[in-house]
Amino acid sequence: MGVIEKLPLPRIIRVPANDLFSWARRNSLWPLTYGLACCAIEMMATGASRFDLDRFGASVFRATPRQADVMIVAGTVTKKMARRLRRLWEEMPDPKWVIAMGACAISGGGFYDSYYVVQGVDKIVPVDVYIPGCPPSPEALINGILTLQEKIRREPAFI
Amino acid sequence: MALRTEEIIVNVGPQHPSTHGVLRLLVTLSGETIIKVDPVIGYLHRGMEKIAEKRTYIQYLPFTDRWDYLAPMFNNMVYTLAVEKLMNLEVPPRAQYLRVIAMELNRIASHLVWFATFALDLSAVTMSAYMYGFREREEILDLLERLSGGRMLYSYICPGGVRGDADDEFLRQLDKFLDKFPKKIEEYETFLSQNKVFEFRTKGVGVLPLETALNYGVTGPCLRGSGLAFDIRKVQPYCVYDQFVFDVPIGDNGDCYDRYKVRIQEMREAVKIIRQAMEMMPKGEIKKKLPPQFKVPEGETFALIESPRGALGVYLVSNGGTKPYRLKIRAPSFSNLSVINEIARGAKVQDLIAILGSLDILLGEIDR
Repeated sequence: MGVIEKLPLPRIIRVPANDLFSWARRNSLWPLTYGLACCAIEMMATGASRFDLDRFGASVFRATPRQADVMIVAGTVTKKMARRLRRLWEEMPDPKWVIAMGACAISGGGFYDSYYVVQGVDKIVPVDVYIPGCPPSPEALINGILTLQEKIRREPAFI
Repeated sequence: MALRTEEIIVNVGPQHPSTHGVLRLLVTLSGETIIKVDPVIGYLHRGMEKIAEKRTYIQYLPFTDRWDYLAPMFNNMVYTLAVEKLMNLEVPPRAQYLRVIAMELNRIASHLVWFATFALDLSAVTMSAYMYGFREREEILDLLERLSGGRMLYSYICPGGVRGDADDEFLRQLDKFLDKFPKKIEEYETFLSQNKVFEFRTKGVGVLPLETALNYGVTGPCLRGSGLAFDIRKVQPYCVYDQFVFDVPIGDNGDCYDRYKVRIQEMREAVKIIRQAMEMMPKGEIKKKLPPQFKVPEGETFALIESPRGALGVYLVSNGGTKPYRLKIRAPSFSNLSVINEIARGAKVQDLIAILGSLDILLGEIDR
């Protein structure tokens, strides 16, 4: 209300297509529910009542990769899970982003000498935002999502 | 003319919103009826038991948090109990009471997450029960953060005592929380307990007979839902649990509804225990001084406690050094999950999610 009414008829706004698409994309990020371990509980808490991820347009958690924009890898990726993770990432439609949440997803974390843990999810899929912590607090996850939105704003919408 | 029928196999997971983690279920169906459920585990195997052999006793403590990440206090406790048993360590009395308070708060938090996700799985009240469960959980996390410094994974209970004392502000806030929490439980019960849809989906579904439960080694609320009042806190008291008066709630016939009722009742009992612990808590020391790299005398021991999911045990072997020689975890979720084929057989496929949710399994503990 207000701004649009003041425009002369027929009320057409001209914006660069790049800005429009980037605005739409960054403000309706649909994450894939990819909770693996402890961080998944903090991811759930971020979507729940106190932290309310809906405020940033990123709380529509989808259970299928076909409807998701961003994959939040929350937890330890094991060797058995790595192949599935790659496959789910490939099933996501472009444009897609990956957030590595927590020390395990970044670099293996405390399990640096474990025989069954992948030492960082960036060995399998390209990562856009890293969120440190073990587990990161919901505030950190929100900060990570805002960082991703900033990144989407800066990158060209069409390649 | 007879219709030709065929069995089909449905793959649930490993990435599925209702498997509570990374569990994969191979479900063989005939029409809508389940013939067989095959759980496939190992998607979160992190080598917890092997890592224990490479870390000193204190270094391994943060790893115990990550076995069962909804109830880290209990993992700390059972590991600490095993180490203290081997060392013959006396713990200051105030620390014992603080341990009980921390554990029972954590039990409520764990049951609240179960309540939230169980209601979400059944879509009983689409999203709202989830929101209500997490609302109260955040208050408990605030309390535990004040006590231990950690929001979710605490490493609070350690060999020799606890890290961090309860100050007056903590006790005041805890008192306020305990005053209002029973009313909140009643609020949850008005959502679900008399809800017709919820009753249809849980009453008579996934009946676990007592004998089957005992054969599979099922413990915790799942066993008590089947009607046996078996609680490690009563049978084999640890800490100072023998000094508190509390009931062990049991169910009648062991269906999903009974397991729900038992957990709701357990939250009420936890409030009672915390109240008593607050009154009886003496003043004094909270931790016995230990060197950072202490040695544990040679020997082997087994410690068992009652976690929100059942009997959680640790078998610890020491060869007299600063690192454990062998650590074996007896995870309650593992036994509780293995019974799923018995109780889901013959049920309809939509009941599988209710059954799995009511067992309250956690994959971090199963796969280790």
